[in-house]
Amino acid sequence: MSTNGRSQTVNVEALARVEGEGGLRVVLRGGKVADVQLRIYEPPRFFEAFLRGRRFDEAPDLTARICGICPVAYQMSAVHAMEAAFGVGVERPIRELRRLLYCGEWIESHALHIYLLHAPDFLGYASAIHMSRDHPEAVQRGLALKKAGNDAMVLLGGREIHPVNVRVGGFYRAPSRRELQPLVASLERARDIARETIPWVAGFDFPEFEQDYEFVALRHPAEYPLCEGRLVSNRGLDIAVSEFEEHFVEEHVRHSNALHCVHKGRGAYHVGPLARYSLNFDRLPPAVQAAAREAGLGPVCRNPFKSIVVRAVETLYACEEALRIIAEYEPPDHPAAPVVPREGVGHGCSEAPRGILYHRYRLDPQGLITAARIVPPTSQNQRTIENDLRELVPTQLGLPKDELTWRCEQAVRNYDPCISCATHSLRVDVVDE
Amino acid sequence: MAGRPKLAVFKFASCDGCQLSLLDCEDELLAVAAEVEIANFLEASRAVAKGPYDLALVEGSITTPHDAERIQAVRRSARFLVTIGACATAGGIQALRNFARVQDYTSAVYASPEYISTLDASTPIAQHVRVDFEMRGCPISKAQLLETLSALLRGRRPQLPTYSVCLECKRRGTVCVTAARGIPCLGPVTQAGCGALCPAYQRGCYGCFGPMESPNTASLGWRFEELGVARPDLVRAFRTFNAYAPPFRAASEAYEHERP
Repeated sequence: MSTNGRSQTVNVEALARVEGEGGLRVVLRGGKVADVQLRIYEPPRFFEAFLRGRRFDEAPDLTARICGICPVAYQMSAVHAMEAAFGVGVERPIRELRRLLYCGEWIESHALHIYLLHAPDFLGYASAIHMSRDHPEAVQRGLALKKAGNDAMVLLGGREIHPVNVRVGGFYRAPSRRELQPLVASLERARDIARETIPWVAGFDFPEFEQDYEFVALRHPAEYPLCEGRLVSNRGLDIAVSEFEEHFVEEHVRHSNALHCVHKGRGAYHVGPLARYSLNFDRLPPAVQAAAREAGLGPVCRNPFKSIVVRAVETLYACEEALRIIAEYEPPDHPAAPVVPREGVGHGCSEAPRGILYHRYRLDPQGLITAARIVPPTSQNQRTIENDLRELVPTQLGLPKDELTWRCEQAVRNYDPCISCATHSLRVDVVDE
Repeated sequence: MAGRPKLAVFKFASCDGCQLSLLDCEDELLAVAAEVEIANFLEASRAVAKGPYDLALVEGSITTPHDAERIQAVRRSARFLVTIGACATAGGIQALRNFARVQDYTSAVYASPEYISTLDASTPIAQHVRVDFEMRGCPISKAQLLETLSALLRGRRPQLPTYSVCLECKRRGTVCVTAARGIPCLGPVTQAGCGALCPAYQRGCYGCFGPMESPNTASLGWRFEELGVARPDLVRAFRTFNAYAPPFRAASEAYEHERP
C-alpha cells in the first residue's frame, strides 16, 4: 500500500490461496475507490484453438486439463454437449453415477476451499498449515472431508485429478453395487464432518455486506442442480442452456488475461454456491435445509463472505446425495450408450463447484470439432468480484493497511476463483507497457 | 524451526493439478509440513519467505517471454529443482500450439492479435534451465511425489520406474486390453507411474506419463493400424499431454507426413 496524500493503492502482486495466478489493484482517491482491477496474468493456453480438429470423444479428457481442481466439471459439460449434438440419451444408472462422481468433486473442492483456503482468512492465519498449530482438529477434519470426496473420485474415476473413466455416452466401466460399498463408511463420516462444519464456519465473524446480485444458476425440476436444468436468475432469466450465448457475452478488458462474461442487458452477475443455493433452496432435502436454517441462513444469501457457510451446506448435500445414489444404485445394462457422431452443434452446462461452466461444440459429420467455446465460472464472476471490492473498500477504510489488503484478498477468495480456468484460452489482451 | 529444508512451489502454464497433488496427500500433508518449511507455496499460503530454497517444485511450461525470464530467477533461488508433471517436463497439452502456427490461432480467434504476447512454442523447463529431477504424469502420482520428497530429504535418488505401463498391468493382474479385446492402448510405449489405471477401467492407456525409456512407437503404430486405427487418429493419439516429448513428437510427425 502506497500513500501520497490523497491517493492510496492497495496492491496484491500475487494472490495466494487461489487456483492460478492473479493479482489485485485497488486505487483510492480522496477516500473513494477510483479503480479496481482483478489482474489475471496466468498465461493463456489456447484450448479453444487446439480443440479444432480433435474428435468428439477426446473433449472430456482434453478439456479436463483446463483445471486440476474441477476436472469432473469439464468432463461433465463436455459429455453433455456432445450427447446433445448427437441426440444421445443415457439410462438412469449412468446419470446417477455422473452425479456421484460430481458429488465427489464438490466435496473435495469445497473442503479444500473451506478448510485450506478460506477459513485461515477468518481465523487470521496465513495458511491452513499455520492454522493447524492452534486448530489441529479442525484441519484434520477438513483433510478427512476432502479425502472422502477424493475417495469417491478415485473409485469411480480411477484418480482424483483428471479421472480416466468418463466418456461420451457414459463410462468405460461401471462399478458393481458391491464395489461402491467401501465408499459408504467414508461418506457417512464425511456427512458427520460436513454437519459439524456448518456451525463451525457460521460462527466466524462476517462483515455486514449484502449485495443485490443477479444470481445465475441451473435449475432442475426435481433436483439440486449438478449436470442438467435450465439457466435461471432472480431477475427473470429462464432459458435453455443452448440459448446462453444469446444472453451473455464475453468482453475484453485490458488488465486481464481472461475475458469478463456479462449479461448483455444487465451486466455483471454472480455464479457459484450463493447463486445455486439462493435459486434452488427448495430443491435441498429437508434435513439440509434445516441445517442451513440452524446456522442462521435464510433461503437466500446475499453476503459473499458467507459463501463459506453455503459451501458447507452444499458439502452436506453432496454427502447426502452420494449416499442416496449408492443406496439406490443398480448397475446399468451397458456402461455407455452407443454414440453415432453427426454434423451439428451441442451445448452443455454443469454446476462446477465455483458455478456454471458452459461448453459449446460445432461438429462435422465425422465427429471432428470445428469450433469450441468454453465459459468457465471465474470468467463470469470477475466483474462481480471487482464490483464487490468497489463497494467493500469504502466501508473498511478504518483498517490498518495490512488488514485492508488482507480483507480485499479475502473478498476475492469468497469466490474461490479459479484463475487457471479463467485463462484456459487465448481470450487475452496482454499489452506490453 | 530453524534447520528444516525450505520448500517452494512455482507455477507456470498449467492447470494447477500437479501442485494440488501435494494438498491431496491428506494423510501425509501435515507430516510433510513438519519435515520441511513450506516457504513459498502460493496456492496454499499467503506467507512467502524469501529464497534461497533447498527444493523447488516447478509446475507448468514456459509459454511467455516473461515466464522465460522468471524461470531463470527460480533456478537461481533453488538448490535443487524438480519439475512436476507433463507441462513442466514435456511442455504439456499447451504444446499442441507447437504443431500449428500461433498466428493462425490468434488471428482466427481474436480481433486484435497484435496485442497478444505469447511465445510460438510451449517448452519444458529443461529447455531453459538445468533440472535436477523430473516427474512425469498428467497429473503426477501422489505416491511418486511422496517418494521423491522423502528421497530428496534423505539425500538419496528417488526410485521411479522408467519401464512401461505393461508391467504395471501385469503386476496388477489386469488382462491386456489389446490382446483380449482389441482395444488400442499406448501402454507399451508409455512410462509406468499411474498404476495402469486405464486398462483397469477397460480403456486403452492414453499416455499421461509420456514415453518410457526405449519406446518402440513404430511397432505400436503398426499394431494400432492392424486394429483399424486410421492415420489421423494415430497422429492424435501421440499428440496429447506429452505431444512434445521427443519420441511421441517424432511418432506423430511420422504418421502425419508419411504415406501409408
